[in-house]
Amino acid sequence: MKVTGLLMMPSGWFIVLTALILLRGVVAQDLFVAAGAGVEILGLVLFTRSHLMVKRGHE
Amino acid sequence: MSPQLPAAAPELSQAFCIFFIFLLPLALAGLALINTGLSRSRSAAHSMMATLCVMGVAAAAYFVTGFAWQGYPGLPAHTLTIFGKEWSWLGAGNFFLRGLPLNGSPASLAALLQMLSVGLAALIPLGAAAERWRLRACCLSTVILAGITYPLFAHWVWGGGWLGRLGQNYGLGAGFLDAGGSSTIQAVGGLTALSMVWLLGPRRGKYNLEGMPAALPGHNTVYVLFGCILALVGWMGLNAAGSILFAHIEPGRTVLVAVNTLLAASGAVLAAAAITRYRFGKPDASLSANGWVCGLVASSAGCAYVPPAAALLIGLVAGALVTFTVAWMEAHLGLDDPAGAISAHALGGVWGILAVGLFPRTVKVAYLIVTGVAPGVIPSREMLAQAIANAPHPAMVPGGQMLAQIVGVATLVGFVLPLTYSLNWLLNRFVPQRIPPEEERHGADLYELGAGAYPEFMTHTDEFSQW
Repeated sequence: MKVTGLLMMPSGWFIVLTALILLRGVVAQDLFVAAGAGVEILGLVLFTRSHLMVKRGHE
Repeated sequence: MSPQLPAAAPELSQAFCIFFIFLLPLALAGLALINTGLSRSRSAAHSMMATLCVMGVAAAAYFVTGFAWQGYPGLPAHTLTIFGKEWSWLGAGNFFLRGLPLNGSPASLAALLQMLSVGLAALIPLGAAAERWRLRACCLSTVILAGITYPLFAHWVWGGGWLGRLGQNYGLGAGFLDAGGSSTIQAVGGLTALSMVWLLGPRRGKYNLEGMPAALPGHNTVYVLFGCILALVGWMGLNAAGSILFAHIEPGRTVLVAVNTLLAASGAVLAAAAITRYRFGKPDASLSANGWVCGLVASSAGCAYVPPAAALLIGLVAGALVTFTVAWMEAHLGLDDPAGAISAHALGGVWGILAVGLFPRTVKVAYLIVTGVAPGVIPSREMLAQAIANAPHPAMVPGGQMLAQIVGVATLVGFVLPLTYSLNWLLNRFVPQRIPPEEERHGADLYELGAGAYPEFMTHTDEFSQW
């Protein structure tokens, strides 16, 4: 879960960059940037949860 | 084209800039006092010693590689051309500041400012990882921050990099805006703090066997609150110098910068004091101090662009944000952050960045400053409309400024956080970063320095606790 979360954050960032480079329509660009940001947030949540699980495992 | 200081009076701008940069060490002193006051007495000397070491290492690392990789608009840089647009991704200057005349040129002033502000960024993780971070490890981690992470992101924002040019290349407002370093200094430092808290884990005794956090109050509230006042002076210098060097404002406009900085901090501390008074029955000094710092942090990005009322609003939101998130992260995310650095610097920085895109008038003013149409004045409504119509690159996408700010935040979360975590994880494999938990009982002072900060007053009430 930790590695998945860590990899999802840059993946979301690449989606954001790709939207900037490839898309010209305002709506499409906004949507893809939002999607990229969503992937990043999902990665951050997974990464955080993986640390919580490690902490609970130690308890 | 090499950038110049604002044209009206370059010597005046230079003098103002040098004066403001000389105020910046007060921000470091303030943050050092806050970090020390919020940690326990058994690690107070270690905290101050680590501050000095980290400042030294940060300045040295920035001198060796940092400025070469950060660069400054007009200096050499590595670029990629993607679909006809130039993406500058790394400075290509000389190591050891070779070839940079230290004569008051904008680039040399930027180098001086950055040698200090990278130290400020490096102090942020010290507060979050207090009482359990080895001295040697925090110095090595600072090399990573000051030599790699910070310059890379700062190049993208301040060094003529792709984030700062989103306006010119893609019509996103005036490009990513951050005059005083909410992103480059504060959020980068805050995300490094988050990485360190994840890597080191909580302090011994912070969580009981059921996972409930215990209160481990700081040892000196007076240090903390005095540190806040020192930090204000330093922050005014940081925001003003950054605004002259990176937002290219006229010196007279630094009055607005200082007013905005003060108002944001004021709004934040009042919001934090009022909320903690409402929640706990009495205002909480340490959370109010966190609110003050969060207000300063959030003020930095838009200090040169927003009107004073907006700065106050930004501060109020920052104060509210920090009071709720400090407790929430401690209780629900298991993040033991004695100085509240993750909330105040990372979240406060992100809020400051996004706030710039929220106010339409601010976006227009920023656009005029960045395009050089009206760098030194606060334009009237008519002047704004006329200047926008005649602006040099008028391709302003509606909502584009907010999109540029979001791309900046996405870069922090999607690039800076994984990078800093991975590099520090790697460092931890070779140099264990955490003080052994059994040694934490006696404090970092005794373990690392061999003597405590207050030898006459050694009372550690939890030495015989069971966890």
